[in-house]
Amino acid sequence: MSSAVAKKPLTFQELVFTLQRFWAEHGCVLQQPYDLEVGAGTMSPDTFLRVLGPKPISIAYAQPSRRPADGRYGENPNRLFRHTQLQVILKPPPERVQELYLESLVAIGIDLAQHDIKFEEDNWEWPVGGAWGVGWQVMLDGQEITQFTYFQQCGGMDLDPISGEITYGLERTAQFLQDLDRIYDIVWSRDPITGAELTYGDVRLHEEQQFSAYSFDYADVPSLWKHLELYEAECKALLAKWPDIAEGAIKFEELVEAGGKTYSNSQVLRFPTLGAYELALKCSHTFNLLDARGAISVTERVGVMARIRNLIVGVAKIYAEQQRLTALPGLTTA
Amino acid sequence: MPDFLLEIGLEEVPARMIASAQAELLKRTLALLTREQLIASDPVAHSYATPRRLAVFIQGVLEQQSDISEDITGPAVKIAFKDGLPTPAAEAFARKSGVAVADLRTISTPKGDYLAATTLKRGRTAAEVLASELPKEISALYWAKNMRWIPGSNEKFVRPVLWLVCLLDDSIVPIQFAGQTASRSTYGHRVLSTGEPFDIVAPDSYLAQLEGEYVLADVELRRQKIRKALDKITRQIPNARWREDEALVDAVTHLTEWPDVLLGNFEPAYLELPEEVLVTVMRDHQKYFAVEDAHGKLAPHFLTVTNIALDEINTPIIKQGNERVLRARFNDARFFWEFDQRVPLTDRVALLENVTFQKDLGSYAKKSERVRTLAAKLAAIATSRGATMDANAIDTAATLAKTDLTTELVKEFTELQGIIGGLYAASQGLSPTVADPIYDQYLPASSKDSIPRAAEGQILGLADRASTIIDMFSLGLEPTGSKDPFALRRAANSVVRILAESNLPLTLTDVLNSAMPTSDDLLAQLQIKKSLGNIPVFFAERIDFYLREARGQAYDVVKAAMAAGTNDLRDLVARSEAVTAMRGSEDFLAVSAAFKRMKNILTQAHAKGDIPSSIVDHDFLLDPAEKLLAVTASAAASAIEELQAERNYIEALRVIAALRPSIDDFFDKVMVMAPGDDLRANRLALLTRTLNDLSRIADFSEIVTAG
Repeated sequence: MSSAVAKKPLTFQELVFTLQRFWAEHGCVLQQPYDLEVGAGTMSPDTFLRVLGPKPISIAYAQPSRRPADGRYGENPNRLFRHTQLQVILKPPPERVQELYLESLVAIGIDLAQHDIKFEEDNWEWPVGGAWGVGWQVMLDGQEITQFTYFQQCGGMDLDPISGEITYGLERTAQFLQDLDRIYDIVWSRDPITGAELTYGDVRLHEEQQFSAYSFDYADVPSLWKHLELYEAECKALLAKWPDIAEGAIKFEELVEAGGKTYSNSQVLRFPTLGAYELALKCSHTFNLLDARGAISVTERVGVMARIRNLIVGVAKIYAEQQRLTALPGLTTA
Repeated sequence: MPDFLLEIGLEEVPARMIASAQAELLKRTLALLTREQLIASDPVAHSYATPRRLAVFIQGVLEQQSDISEDITGPAVKIAFKDGLPTPAAEAFARKSGVAVADLRTISTPKGDYLAATTLKRGRTAAEVLASELPKEISALYWAKNMRWIPGSNEKFVRPVLWLVCLLDDSIVPIQFAGQTASRSTYGHRVLSTGEPFDIVAPDSYLAQLEGEYVLADVELRRQKIRKALDKITRQIPNARWREDEALVDAVTHLTEWPDVLLGNFEPAYLELPEEVLVTVMRDHQKYFAVEDAHGKLAPHFLTVTNIALDEINTPIIKQGNERVLRARFNDARFFWEFDQRVPLTDRVALLENVTFQKDLGSYAKKSERVRTLAAKLAAIATSRGATMDANAIDTAATLAKTDLTTELVKEFTELQGIIGGLYAASQGLSPTVADPIYDQYLPASSKDSIPRAAEGQILGLADRASTIIDMFSLGLEPTGSKDPFALRRAANSVVRILAESNLPLTLTDVLNSAMPTSDDLLAQLQIKKSLGNIPVFFAERIDFYLREARGQAYDVVKAAMAAGTNDLRDLVARSEAVTAMRGSEDFLAVSAAFKRMKNILTQAHAKGDIPSSIVDHDFLLDPAEKLLAVTASAAASAIEELQAERNYIEALRVIAALRPSIDDFFDKVMVMAPGDDLRANRLALLTRTLNDLSRIADFSEIVTAG
């Protein structure tokens, strides 16, 4: 097929570099992908937890996202068990953030005058995280390449300031740039000396084949249920320890209002909310595996989702309170 | 008189919300100017909208409110003056009124003499009023979904506001809203314009200046441009036309500022897939228009409306991109179509155990069982009354109806549920008497849809909805106010329509009674009864809605016809239509008025403790007028009964209208509330009997009559 894109399009890895460089140049901290299974870049604590509270942050990272039920054994040209999102969080979003986003498209070689671009309404909701936002899907010549969301709530709490989230679907964007019908044909890298190309299929096809088989055929259902229960139990036990720790700090807060003293907040600082969140993420991924395995019955489904929601929303509430308490004036870490 | 312009610049507003917001903004602006007496008697008003802006343009705004002189009353003269000299009270009043004490007047009132002053209330300028009031109107606009974006503020709007333009002729009205202050600076098309702001010279140059920056702000012009471009480009293909789709034209009109149309193609091999699937992919997922040949068959082309001007360079690029996306979508659909067929619908029945219908009602397997049972009952009743239908086919269809929920194609295209099931059923060799009811099961989904084609599908449609309604009510999940999460009102609308528009010999009572759950547990049974107590009112509302909205009947006709029974819906429709046809006649209105009078008399009698029977003692009818009424009314009653059996309601109403002379005569000559107890009782019985006999078509006392 003849390419309509004149210059040699970016390889997959150049696409990642270029977007990361672009956002770094616009003030983003570049974070590495989160090293746990997540279903979307949003679930990384760098998004889900950092959007809570008043502290501004601009952060970007490429997040591999696992969706066991979406696996197709590598046989479907457009569907993956694990895809990669480039996630950008801008808290608060700068004015004319859409223009900034469009500049990032120019940076990856898209001449806006030669394409049809539209922002079509697409709102986002993650009930298990008590989270929702409004925004758009960005359509480029009929292809959805980006989700653009203004977060409104997380963990059931109103966000102030809100965050702008830009999620690029990297495979789709690369397919668009390279004008390809199959994800597996995407050129992942090109040897600068020999010009030899490695494709997405070369790099990742075996993962798709094996993880599809694992999620659909091999994963041991009784063990998964046990994992789920263990992760849940530990997460719950952790969350239950928070109120006592918070109490001391809250009492101190009252003291500060009354006259002011110093107080060691090391217990508050060190409370492992992030650890609890990882356990909740493990539950979520285990649930997805069970779901892909067809092991969750109707009656169980709603109940298990409510259990995971309790964990995730519970973590978010504690995280927000912890942030507030550790930011109190007069606290020391001694 | 100055021209007025308001433009609100926004990040892309959802297409579905634009039209109503555009209309509301104009309405609110005009209402504000009218309320504030700042508008000429014959203003010219326009509103404009694109995804990135809402605008209002009004010619004939007044520069300034007129001054209003106002009389105000002050203290009593005896307090205001002591010994002919003004007291502090008089001075204070003069100060407050802005006049000298010498200019105060005295007025006489019943309570004595008081001081008065005439003050002049200066009219405010339009600029002042707009600056203080217009932001309130903007922030009151209704949006289906709002957002917050300003730190520390709870202010909400549909999307962030980027700029405001507010002008009275060539001067800026610096209104403030959502963190922005109005200027004359606006932006053109995102890509085609320079990206730099430019100044609107004056309100009347707005449209032309925007057009110069590639924004066609007039919605109707944009719509026309799109339609013309669709027509023009389709002419490239011999004998083809684009498939008309008003909703889609509307959507793309609100997604573009500078629309153009591009023709793309797909491989004819995809035409082997069902047209329903191809069209859904194109329309719902890609917002493409389908193209059909001279016979209405889908052709391997599509049309996409771009938000950019097309030229020789970008056309092939944009075309290729869109074709690639569509190919991927069609490939997916073909993959699903073939993949799903590996497990036929009959093998999918067991899989329904894993699909939730509602958390307290369990799976779709259970739901399907309930629908099967109900459908069988309804089919038996209809058959016993002479209808012909294939009961086995209904049973198979009800068993398989929901199995398409387990298919990949329905998971991908949820809007095609039912239709996909019907297509799979047909492709898997099931007869049309099974496949069609599955295909039609969600009809009518809206007032524009027709009802299922055949009796089998109609029975399935009734059973599905009725069981859902009864189940949800039993759980206490009935709709309240604007909340109807299970769309039970829509389900009931469909029940009403199928009963009213099909030939099934079924009544609403047949359907509801058959759907009623039974329990051996007496307490449980009582509980069910209690929770279903609101069903009659709920259905009455739906029937009323149907007669008014779908049948266009006046509310009093609907009330009158419904009062005579809502069980047989086809009969109800016929009765209400007859009443509508007859209500123009003078005799009919007179009889309606007479019925009202009879009803009033009976109500008053009730209140006084006279409980009338309906047994008339003919020997005790004394006055010739009451004898005449008894005879004519009773003759009319038997005539009506015969006509009613033939559903000849117009004739039946003529018979009733013909009673006018005897009714008039009766009221002229007979005193109903006669002193003698027996006489009165007999006359009340005559009225009761007459009312009862003649109210089986409609309660005529509900008809609104002039005077």
